[in-house]
Amino acid sequence: MSLQIEGLSVAYGRRRVLQAVSLTVQPGEVLALIGPNGAGKSTLVRAVSGVIPVEAGTVRLDGQDLLALAPMSRARRLAVVPQAVSLPPAFTAWETVLLGRTPYLNFLGQVSVRDEQIARRALERLDALDLAERRVGELSGGEQQRVLLARALAQSTPVLLMDEPTAHLDLQHQLALMESARELARQDGLAVLIALHDLNLAARYADRLALLLAGRLLALGTPAGVLTPQNILQAYRVQVEVRPHPLDPAVPLVLPGNASVEPRFARSSGE
Amino acid sequence: MRHRFSPFLISLFILLLAVLLSIAVGSVFIPPADLWRVLSGGTPRIVAQAGTIVLTLRLPRTALVLLTGAALGTSGAAYQGLFRNPLADPYLIGVASGAGLGAVLAMSLHWGYTPAAMLVVPAAAFAGALLTVFLVYFMARLGKTVPTTNLILAGVAFSFFASALTSYLMLRSTGELRRAVAWLLGGSVQSGWEAVLTILPFLLPGLAVLLLSGHTLNLLQFGDEQAAQMGLPVARSRTIILIAASLATASAVAFSGIIGFIGLIVPHLVRMWSGADYRRLLPLALISGAAALLLADVLARILIAPQELPVGIVTALVGAPFFLWVLRRARNQGAW
Repeated sequence: MSLQIEGLSVAYGRRRVLQAVSLTVQPGEVLALIGPNGAGKSTLVRAVSGVIPVEAGTVRLDGQDLLALAPMSRARRLAVVPQAVSLPPAFTAWETVLLGRTPYLNFLGQVSVRDEQIARRALERLDALDLAERRVGELSGGEQQRVLLARALAQSTPVLLMDEPTAHLDLQHQLALMESARELARQDGLAVLIALHDLNLAARYADRLALLLAGRLLALGTPAGVLTPQNILQAYRVQVEVRPHPLDPAVPLVLPGNASVEPRFARSSGE
Repeated sequence: MRHRFSPFLISLFILLLAVLLSIAVGSVFIPPADLWRVLSGGTPRIVAQAGTIVLTLRLPRTALVLLTGAALGTSGAAYQGLFRNPLADPYLIGVASGAGLGAVLAMSLHWGYTPAAMLVVPAAAFAGALLTVFLVYFMARLGKTVPTTNLILAGVAFSFFASALTSYLMLRSTGELRRAVAWLLGGSVQSGWEAVLTILPFLLPGLAVLLLSGHTLNLLQFGDEQAAQMGLPVARSRTIILIAASLATASAVAFSGIIGFIGLIVPHLVRMWSGADYRRLLPLALISGAAALLLADVLARILIAPQELPVGIVTALVGAPFFLWVLRRARNQGAW
């Protein structure tokens, strides 16, 4: 089922942070949202998941308006892996992943054997079953992100949003998480939308990129089509060389030069 | 999975002991054996002696203290979960100061001591508490949402305002000062079944809703945004829990005065003991809150016998050192 975002605009007070953004994420596809700080990546993820008010535009899943749905119904169609945040430390990984089953439970939160099976399979899928009985507060950043991804997976949704899931992770865990995301798209046919900072990580793991600048969609397309020196100069004010990746010539590799143009100081707070 | 059942059995056992103690201890000691004879309608001689005391004084007082402690423990746990703040207690957003203002206002009007007038002070306290919560809630409201910080700040601001008014009223009406101070310290535990029957219609629905809110509070621990993304209608759920907790607290305050500390430390002790899952924490806080307040009330009766201490003084004097001791011994720092 494809996720269609059309003409999405969001304003915080009088400040417009998203301006008529339209893009579609196909099932089985990983689409990475890139752009400088404050471009609106996180805002887009939050708006699509229905937790901030939208000024204009629609978010549809095979024609159905997601933003018009009750939170419970929306959570059966769309799951979010949040930014590495402070999690309530005393919950175990197992309790945390089981909460992903919320949209299928009654208001008491009684889980069935089936819910437990699904949660277990989600942990297995991410090689995190051995973390089940550990408290979330004791886990490393990479382990926490795996637990959060397992929780999103337990929601059994056709759409998966991730908000800078690799921030604060070391190289190995960044790659492992992106591998998992791509695998979920390929094998389960999920439509995956990931906000990312790292251009090379995005180029290597995403099928398409959407480059945001100041709330507008600057470029949308294949990694090679979007990651051109001109686009990057315009968005980040940095001169770069773009070369074919030595391991995969189809993937562009961005090599930053000097920050030769004066940085834009505007809009640095939050995204 | 650890201690899955034992905390319930242990706390229920302590509660049972506390209930028996509360019935037994007082100006006349009534051993549990006599209590059994009274309740089973035993020999007339003993029933005549102990029966009156048990049935008209000790039992209703025990019931009232039990309900008050249960309300404070449960709503304390709910408030801490709702605000994700270990400092939150049932009085956080002004229930206590609102109730205090209502009660002192009623006392300053000299209603006398007829049975109907005895209900005026609790009724005014209850009204003051609920009015305050709604006032604070609507002042903190921004559009459709009620930001937590706004709620706490509005609550604190209003509390100071109401406390100032209360102090002013108490300064003016010197005659009633002692009674008002005793009430504010949680020293006006009334005996009699009227009190119990009067608060039940407010207390029971409040407690029932709170006991069913475990899953919702678990979700809210991850923050409003994640809770919504997992399918929780956040604003509505918050409001329901807030109203239920305030209803329970207000009815507890109405007859027992302002009893500090139970609603703050009992949830913490239970959390250290049984973990963060609110589906376990809420019922355990209910049982433990009831047991703790019953024990404090027994102490209040015997510490300076034949006089009685306000139970609020006991909960703070005994509760604070005990809590500090537990805090220093606690190994699992990650409880919050």
